[in-house]
Amino acid sequence: MSFYREMIAAGFGGQGIMLLGQIVAHAAMNEGKNVMWIPSYGPEMRGGTANCSVIVSDGEIASPLVSFPDVLVIMNQPSLTKFVNRLKEGGTLIYNADLVTYDNPRDDINIVKVNANSIALELGNERVANIAVLGVLAEVTDMASADALKETVQEILGAKKAHLLEINMKAFEKGQEVGKQYVAQA
Amino acid sequence: MSNRVLMKGNEAFAEAAVQAGCKYFFGYPITPQNEIPEYMSKRLPEVGGVYLQAESEVAGINMIFGAAGTGFRTLISSSSPGISLMSEGISYIAAAELPCVIINVMRGGPGLGGILPAQSDYFQATKGGGHGDYRLLVLAPGSLQEATEFIMMAFDLTEFYRNPVMILTDGFMGQMMEAVEFKKVKLGYDIPDVKEWAVGYMAERGKRTLLKSLSLDPEVLEQHNQKLQKKYRLMEEKEVRFESANVDDAEIVIAAYGTTARIAKSAVKKLRDQGIKAGIIRPQSLYPFPYKPFSELPESVKHVLVVEMSCGQMVEDVELGVSRKVPVSFYGRCGGMAPSVEEIEQAAKKALG
Repeated sequence: MSFYREMIAAGFGGQGIMLLGQIVAHAAMNEGKNVMWIPSYGPEMRGGTANCSVIVSDGEIASPLVSFPDVLVIMNQPSLTKFVNRLKEGGTLIYNADLVTYDNPRDDINIVKVNANSIALELGNERVANIAVLGVLAEVTDMASADALKETVQEILGAKKAHLLEINMKAFEKGQEVGKQYVAQA
Repeated sequence: MSNRVLMKGNEAFAEAAVQAGCKYFFGYPITPQNEIPEYMSKRLPEVGGVYLQAESEVAGINMIFGAAGTGFRTLISSSSPGISLMSEGISYIAAAELPCVIINVMRGGPGLGGILPAQSDYFQATKGGGHGDYRLLVLAPGSLQEATEFIMMAFDLTEFYRNPVMILTDGFMGQMMEAVEFKKVKLGYDIPDVKEWAVGYMAERGKRTLLKSLSLDPEVLEQHNQKLQKKYRLMEEKEVRFESANVDDAEIVIAAYGTTARIAKSAVKKLRDQGIKAGIIRPQSLYPFPYKPFSELPESVKHVLVVEMSCGQMVEDVELGVSRKVPVSFYGRCGGMAPSVEEIEQAAKKALG
């Protein structure tokens, strides 16, 4: 079958979940794929839970609704409860171990833990936690390549936020290390 | 490939309008279409246009009425309850035979309803909304790429027919991001110069123009209605648009438009994978409605299933087209809920018995 990947990313509003999804879609588009990003846009607000879905395909993307994703990125506890049973068998869960505990985990999925907030705090800015997760995603999924994702982060930061490029790249690379470790052990 | 940009639906709609030459936008905020006015407020001044936030939807559509009379290209957007408020003005604009493009990013109703996607304004868009014997040319895009093309085309269509054109879409399409490429769409119609009818060109034209919707002499008003009806018949002849797939050997045909058609397309694929011969007809123009593909269904078709994010509105037009030759059934979700691929699959299997 042709390439078709669905992802859901979820967390608190303000954790950069929407942006994370957009970066994945943007990077995959730059690699020539068809992409779709859609936010949950109910009465969510900062501090509430938010999620977005991304589809990457080399064919047509018909239904924009993602029921059973291949990749699940979880940044807070309520989102884990809400989505983990919808992850496809054999799919990949990436979760932020600083804020999420996962007891009695499923044994039919790949589970990648990342202390995203710790990584970000060590670098001096908690707001790059989502970029650390993106680095993990680059290594443990085939949504988009690490190069395309890094280029997209750079493109989005632009000239205005160029001073933030270094810390974002460091967060991404720290995430990649976590991802590579997971791949090496798996 | 390199000209593709990742854009949110609402922003892509707005940019398409700007690239089609839109110069005036008078909006009033309402979710889920707020990125359209936001984008226009930034973008229109860059192209010498004017963005103005009206004090209400009623004011906004009447500002459009005035601006359209000058022959400049105008856009107004809103979501369901806001379109209800504009309906009087839309009827006036249709009566005065002025061009404008209206985007309705539908949300759940009735009343203030909710902010999540719905398709429950089909009747309002295609059968009236405002009072009087007028019609809107209604286009329902199925992707952001198609939406940009329809919007660019809509500006030509509205000038050609001098009748408002509505883009009927929903919160999913407004909020989602897809890759779009802005391509100039050529209709190939001979569009009359606005100087022939717009205000402000008396010198060029040698005579005044009178743009109005009031007509107290019943004979004159009847004649005016007949003139409008002639335009609507011409639209029915020239502007029917639809897409169909896998219909030729189908035992069940799913009819759906916009976002729902995309979900249905995935369901059709799944049904085919299971050996069930399913096909899809996706109306792209809702007025004029593509009755023909439904009246000329192949013999193999045993059932038509209409799927909407409403309690069943387009189903009435599909029934008209099918005219009782085969059973027509309906599956819908509403209030901001969307039918899932699995639900459509089940509904199709149930319909086939």
